[in-house]
Amino acid sequence: MNAAGFPLLSLVTWLPLVGVLVMMSVRGDEQTVATNARWTALWTSLIVFALSLVLWVKFDKADGGFQFVESAAWLPQWGISYKLGVDGISVLFVLLSTALTPLCILASWESITTRVREFMISFLILETMMVGMFAALDAVVFYMFFEGVLIPMYLLIGIWGGPRRVYAAIKFFLYTLAGSVLMLLALLAIWYQVGSTDMVTLLAAKIPVAMQTWLFIAFFASFAVKVPMWPVHTWLPDAHVEAPTAGSVILAGVLLKMGAYGFLRFSVPMLPVATANMAPLIYTLSVVAVVYTSLVALAQTDMKKLIAYSSVAHMGVVTIGIFTVNVQGISGALFQMLSHGVVSAALFLCVGVVYDRIHSREIARYGGLADRMPKYAFAFMLFSMASCGLPGTAGFVGEFLVLVGAFKVNFWLAGLGSLGMILGAAYMLFLYRRVIFGSITRDDLRGILDLSAREVAVFAPLVVLTLWMGVYPSSFSGFFDAAVNAMVDHHHAAIDSTTKLAEVLPR
Amino acid sequence: MLFAVAVFAPLLGSAIAGLLGKLIGDRAAQAVTITCMVLASVCGVSAFVGLVYGHGHPGVVHVLNWIESGDFVVSWALRYDTLSTVMVAMVTCVATLIHIYSVGYMSHDRTIWRFFSYLSLFSFAMLMLVTADNLLQLFFGWEGVGLASYLLIGYWYDRPSACAAAIKAFLVNRIGDLGFALGIALVYVTFGSVEFTTIFAGVAKHQNDMYSLFGTWRAYEVIGILLFIGACGKSAQLGLHVWLPDAMEGPTPVSALIHAATMVTAGVFLMARFSPVLEFAPTALAVVTVVGASTALFAATVGCVQNDIKRIIAYSTCSQLGYMFVAAGVGAYQASVFHLLTHAFFKALLFLSAGSVIHAMSDEQDIRKMGGLFGKIPLTATVMWIGSLALAGVPPFAGFYSKDAIVEASFAAHSAVGTYGFWCLIIAAFLTAFYSWRLLILTFHGKTRADHHVFAHAHESPAVMTAPLILLAVGAVTTGYVFHEQLLGAEWQHFWGAAIVNGPANHIMHAMEEVPHWVSLAPTVVGLAGIAVAYLLYMALPSVPARLAASFRPVYLFLLNKWYFDELYNAAIVRPLMCAARVLWQTGDATIIDGVPNALAAMTSSGSGRVARLQTGSIAAYAFTMLIGLVVLISVFLLFR
Repeated sequence: MNAAGFPLLSLVTWLPLVGVLVMMSVRGDEQTVATNARWTALWTSLIVFALSLVLWVKFDKADGGFQFVESAAWLPQWGISYKLGVDGISVLFVLLSTALTPLCILASWESITTRVREFMISFLILETMMVGMFAALDAVVFYMFFEGVLIPMYLLIGIWGGPRRVYAAIKFFLYTLAGSVLMLLALLAIWYQVGSTDMVTLLAAKIPVAMQTWLFIAFFASFAVKVPMWPVHTWLPDAHVEAPTAGSVILAGVLLKMGAYGFLRFSVPMLPVATANMAPLIYTLSVVAVVYTSLVALAQTDMKKLIAYSSVAHMGVVTIGIFTVNVQGISGALFQMLSHGVVSAALFLCVGVVYDRIHSREIARYGGLADRMPKYAFAFMLFSMASCGLPGTAGFVGEFLVLVGAFKVNFWLAGLGSLGMILGAAYMLFLYRRVIFGSITRDDLRGILDLSAREVAVFAPLVVLTLWMGVYPSSFSGFFDAAVNAMVDHHHAAIDSTTKLAEVLPR
Repeated sequence: MLFAVAVFAPLLGSAIAGLLGKLIGDRAAQAVTITCMVLASVCGVSAFVGLVYGHGHPGVVHVLNWIESGDFVVSWALRYDTLSTVMVAMVTCVATLIHIYSVGYMSHDRTIWRFFSYLSLFSFAMLMLVTADNLLQLFFGWEGVGLASYLLIGYWYDRPSACAAAIKAFLVNRIGDLGFALGIALVYVTFGSVEFTTIFAGVAKHQNDMYSLFGTWRAYEVIGILLFIGACGKSAQLGLHVWLPDAMEGPTPVSALIHAATMVTAGVFLMARFSPVLEFAPTALAVVTVVGASTALFAATVGCVQNDIKRIIAYSTCSQLGYMFVAAGVGAYQASVFHLLTHAFFKALLFLSAGSVIHAMSDEQDIRKMGGLFGKIPLTATVMWIGSLALAGVPPFAGFYSKDAIVEASFAAHSAVGTYGFWCLIIAAFLTAFYSWRLLILTFHGKTRADHHVFAHAHESPAVMTAPLILLAVGAVTTGYVFHEQLLGAEWQHFWGAAIVNGPANHIMHAMEEVPHWVSLAPTVVGLAGIAVAYLLYMALPSVPARLAASFRPVYLFLLNKWYFDELYNAAIVRPLMCAARVLWQTGDATIIDGVPNALAAMTSSGSGRVARLQTGSIAAYAFTMLIGLVVLISVFLLFR
């Protein structure tokens, strides 16, 4: 039943905690502990990544269902079990999480100097939570991981963050928690209705139309905050600005995907009628997000805040794609999530590079870096271009597929939703010009150093991925094609049967 | 195979020069990129010759799958037909010459390897554009040349004006690209594919598909308009032209390659490539004609009063692109591609000679500070004369053949828009000759107005720069005569094959041969008249232009400020958007959206503060409160029992 022959997903999920145990067992002075923690964390995350590559190799792309499924009885009297598995939609997010974690650890190598061990422990716990969330096939397990992610992230922002870290951390926590409570209610209601929390069962279950709207709203409250959708997005810029670089990277790269993933896992397949009814609302909010936050990004003076706002705009494109519920729209949304996971992560790393050297995120503080930092300028240019969706880079494929999917729904949805093409180019080029171009005017920038070998090692995989995803996206989209097709068919079948029922009933 | 080499060799050159440039040094970077370009042009020309003269068969070279999503399937593939091979041969040849020229022109630059890497990257993207077998790959090339153009306009990134121009070029292009992308989506929705082969095969079937957008239209009309919006951006047509003059901030070889010979003609190429569909979109074509004709006239009027040598030529490019769009608009795609081809040679020649003048004059670009340079730089002056003769359409230079064909076609269309186009083009032809000779006379003839140090220092450029000039001059003289018969003559159908399609009702290729005699003569006559007027004003009576400018001051200022397009856009779009950005951020996000949770938090904390104050610690107070509570409870119980 399991293609790997051993409980691969459990291993990938829980192995980081072994690294945590190793770190906690080390004794010695602060220096030893710190060095040990760095290496342990790096090796642990690398081993986890290597293990997760088995998923890449052994995943059967033709199968639209769940694979690598493992399950154990947990609370059988309540119909709750410990069940993990991945399908085409989640498998790449597991890989994204395991790939970004070692890069983050490497990026924090020198920039984190206080409480290094605790930092690394939080990070590995975070990895466990992320992977578990994407692999969970039981609603209760999912909910635990979904909420569990909050705790290490809260600590990362609150302890290793910038000056307003406490405000940002609490805001982050309260916003996401408030939504999640409603999701818990929705899960309870579903459990009450269907009698199981097994997601495979839930996906096949038919939920009464009258209930769907309420459930949709409850899920929406949770996922919209996580995405984040306008107007519940303001926790994100604050959290990004205060978080340490690695925290921002994971936040943008993986955590933002949890909301959209939730929509794809719960709202769209389980609540088809409500999805169809609520789509116009989502479209409106998403288009507003694209235009509004792109404009706000244009006015920013803080690099991280600018990229944070650009994330909101890009996720607006994702939500448009998901709720078109056609093959191109959903594939585009998934691809956009992946590419945003790589590209925005890389952009936050780019900010981290100069922040480590000059300790400022003020855009006006920089200028003329191209002279001193050609490698950095190249990487930054590539990621900026990917961010504004240049064909041949990762950013284009998703954005364009969503455009096509949206076009099938409505011309104006496609047109307005794609205004990000113009505005995105505006804020990214404006940022790039102010940071990289121009001539150096400040003395401390004259001696600034280009990327070190460690930093090159962090960026190289991201550069390769960005180009690979842009030139040959099939090697990624192949994973989710079957699952997306199945989801779209399922959705339309459900809508059809409901409308037929509605036609029959009044007679 | 040859074809693939022609396309991918520049990419190789660019990658080597760009990634290893610092290691291997400038000389090696130049050598690598130029070798790759020469290889590409050899392959490109042989592919062209092989197809057209060697009776090769058009086909498609499949490279790799690109995007697959449901029935949306796109691959990386190279289309091998007359249109693409003509373009490949032209692009590789001109690009090679400009690479060689740049060795001389950029010899004092700090990062030569970077320049050559960009230049080759551009060539690659342009080749991908013209050889695309589907709209999406065309879009890849389209955006790729946009990126290269952005990088090269902003090549001297320490100049604020260059950075601003680069961003402006990219953003204005992006506005057009949005239209293009929507057009591609509509093509997919209509035809179920974006591959050219499938689209063109399905033209008859979907002829009567309708699409609702501001009223109900045939889908082809909407597609045509959307694609034309893209073409307007790239080819600097009226409304989206504002980036092109500013793009002259880039080094001159860049202006020659990108902003004259190749990239800006991509829009015209798109029209020709999509001719099988556009033939069934008469309204869209009428729009193309009107916009093209207006651009031709508008840019020519502005060109007459500019003083920067490169900007004059830039407006001239803008105007000539208008000619090409008129030809496409009346259905004579063959004539538009022919003009594209001759224009590539003589306009690249003009820009490079302008570069040679700038080089000689120690980076001076203002023609008011030139004059009398003919004796100093005779070779440059001669080739610039040749280029201008070709541009003005004087026989037997290249521009004569192609411009004549376009003017004839617009007349032969016998439609209202065609007639509008005809008269615009005739006036523009007069102005073209006028500003060209104004430029020549002010630069090369009369007494010098230059600083005498600069003038004394003026010198002819090295052989590495003059050799490409001479080769391009040969092209500017001969391309018209040599290709005229093949591209537009009786055998045109044999030459073009299925690459360009004229609809069953479109007899323009025949009709343009039948126009009255005066129509054929008109462009040449007005051209000569323009030269004569320029001679009168600037050579014979040099005091008149200033007096004219003074007495028609509003008109002069209107033209000098380019019809105030930049000012209009700044006031109507840029400033309101930036203002909106600040308001949305400071008021929208920080005050309103964040206000709610922050106020909630404040209320919670102040509320709990007040509640905490009730805990005074006084037993009497507690007892009293309890008593009141008890009384209330009992009363409620008794009242509502």
